[in-house]
Amino acid sequence: MEALLIAIKARILELAPEFLQFPLGHLLSITPVISVFAGIFALTTWIERKGLGRIQNRLGPNRVGPVGILQPVADGLKMIFKEDVVPRSADKIVHFLAPILLVIPTMLAFSVIPYGNRLVPIDLDAGILFFFAIGGSAELIVFMAGWSSRNKYAMLGAMRAIAQMISYEVPLILSSIVVIMMAGSLSLVDIVAVQTGGFWNWHVATPWGFVGFLLFLTAALAESNRSPFDIPEAESEIIAGHMTEYSGFKYALFFLAEYLGLFAMTGLAITLFLGGFHAPFPFLNWVPAPLWFFGKFAILVALFIWIRGTLPRLRMDQLMGLAWKFMIPMSLITFAAGATWHYAGKGLLAWILCTPMLLGSYVYLGTALTKGQKVSKRVYRFAD
Amino acid sequence: MTFSFAIIAFITLIGAVGALAFRQIVHSVLCLAITFTGVAMLYLQLGAQFLGFAQFLVYIGAVTILILFAVLLTKNTGPTISGQVYSASWVSGVGVGVSVFVCLAWAILRTPQLDRLAAEETNSTVKAIGLSLMSDYVIPLEVIALLLTAAMVGAIVIAMNETSTQTTMQGANHEKGLK
Amino acid sequence: MATLSHYLLLSALLFSLGLTAVLIRRNAILVLVGIELMLNAANLNFIAFWRHSPNPGDLSGYMFVLFSIAVAAAEAAVGLALIIAVYRHFRTTDIQKISKLKG
Repeated sequence: MEALLIAIKARILELAPEFLQFPLGHLLSITPVISVFAGIFALTTWIERKGLGRIQNRLGPNRVGPVGILQPVADGLKMIFKEDVVPRSADKIVHFLAPILLVIPTMLAFSVIPYGNRLVPIDLDAGILFFFAIGGSAELIVFMAGWSSRNKYAMLGAMRAIAQMISYEVPLILSSIVVIMMAGSLSLVDIVAVQTGGFWNWHVATPWGFVGFLLFLTAALAESNRSPFDIPEAESEIIAGHMTEYSGFKYALFFLAEYLGLFAMTGLAITLFLGGFHAPFPFLNWVPAPLWFFGKFAILVALFIWIRGTLPRLRMDQLMGLAWKFMIPMSLITFAAGATWHYAGKGLLAWILCTPMLLGSYVYLGTALTKGQKVSKRVYRFAD
Repeated sequence: MTFSFAIIAFITLIGAVGALAFRQIVHSVLCLAITFTGVAMLYLQLGAQFLGFAQFLVYIGAVTILILFAVLLTKNTGPTISGQVYSASWVSGVGVGVSVFVCLAWAILRTPQLDRLAAEETNSTVKAIGLSLMSDYVIPLEVIALLLTAAMVGAIVIAMNETSTQTTMQGANHEKGLK
Repeated sequence: MATLSHYLLLSALLFSLGLTAVLIRRNAILVLVGIELMLNAANLNFIAFWRHSPNPGDLSGYMFVLFSIAVAAAEAAVGLALIIAVYRHFRTTDIQKISKLKG
């Protein structure tokens, strides 16, 4: 399948004149990535609403098309034709630029993820650094959105979002640095190449990789403001955070950027820990590699929807405490475990040394942090 | 002068002029972010890929946000800026700036050795940088680690509330505990 | 093609703009912004000289900028903390009003 795609691209490029080859080649790599992920975004909003409806014992969207599958189209049309309201006191230029600028880094983040053999838009030598550098600019843009609205709720939401993103960027980067250390490269293509030949070679099948994967997923959820970490836009407290003063298509762009950011993080998690586009067993190698990538992708997105339907929202101090008191020490210990794994020969001895190290620190941190907290069953005084 | 260089130089300078001239401080800082992006792009153009991304990560993701937090904490964000934003002797300030530029430009333009193109291949792979960081530059690396830790502790201690020394000491001890 | 002197002229212009910002702005935060501009201009010079040197395999210019970025981050953190501490005391960040010692 990848060979077919690459052959089609080469064929089209042959037909093009000399001076068009460079831009056309990149255009042919960029267009599929953008259109595929925008399509997945539309489908995910529908699946999410259906899934949440099922969890909450209701139907979800069911009016437009069979089982409501055309709901994203209807939503998109509504968003485009809605009136675009800009507050009179808003800083017009910054207010206009923020949603547009926010889409650019989230789109760029897809350009370094390998989707199959030789199927990577750009193979950068420092690919993972590019991913995090681009992701870091989202904080500034969220600030622009919150500040230019001249609304207290928008400003509060933006400050919450920035504090949360800065705090969770640290465990996110630390837990992926362990993988970089073990793979010996910053290029995502090389990191995938280390994990060939069956799921026992994936990084998630090692003690440090498993812990790193869980830390990475939690930090990725927080980084893309997903429930249970959706404090910046908590509807019941501060309306919609930095998106309060946005309407119509600009709001849709924020929504799109949020989902695309989550997708990019998911893609990176698959690449770093779940073996990228590789099959779990060598005898399954005949299945085209992109299908494996998107299969793992679908499982993780379903997991995110499940988490959103299950867990209640955290409080601000709980959120900060989790990042600084638990996840950062834990990811530093994962470093040590990775080093031990490397020097203990990656065999049985390494398992014996690494597992108690990680388990012990998990138990210690967990008990030390919950000490003195009284946890009891919640009492509903006014309901039922 | 290539086209791409002209565009990037234009972006960088526009950002710098904006940072210099805007009355609203937040606008100035956002223009500063444009300049940082321009400098990162210049690094990429010069073949320093790792450094360009590092510049973007550190300056856009950290320093600009830090400056914005400071702007908010000092309550400089109102929609209208009252009072003077430029110093009374701004004419002489601009004069000094212009004369420094004229001196530098004169020195650069009259040195014919500087008018040369770059060598074709560069050897700035991430691997080479990492190896050199761990061999030739390992002592500066350790010193930088110490410096960053000291700066973090120092920044926290300086910015902590000065009204009650009791809480300051407690906070400092707590900081040490976290290390 | 862009030659070494083009990069040097750009960084000279960036440096003078930063210097002007330091000299003419009244707000302490914007003085810090000017210092950051000057640091960036210096870093750009280092990288331009590294790239145009006869031996780019020697990474000293590159490394200098790498460390300089780290130092600049530390400098920004401490500088802003100082500005906030001064603001707590004087209720202003206008450097021309902060002219008293012992105050």
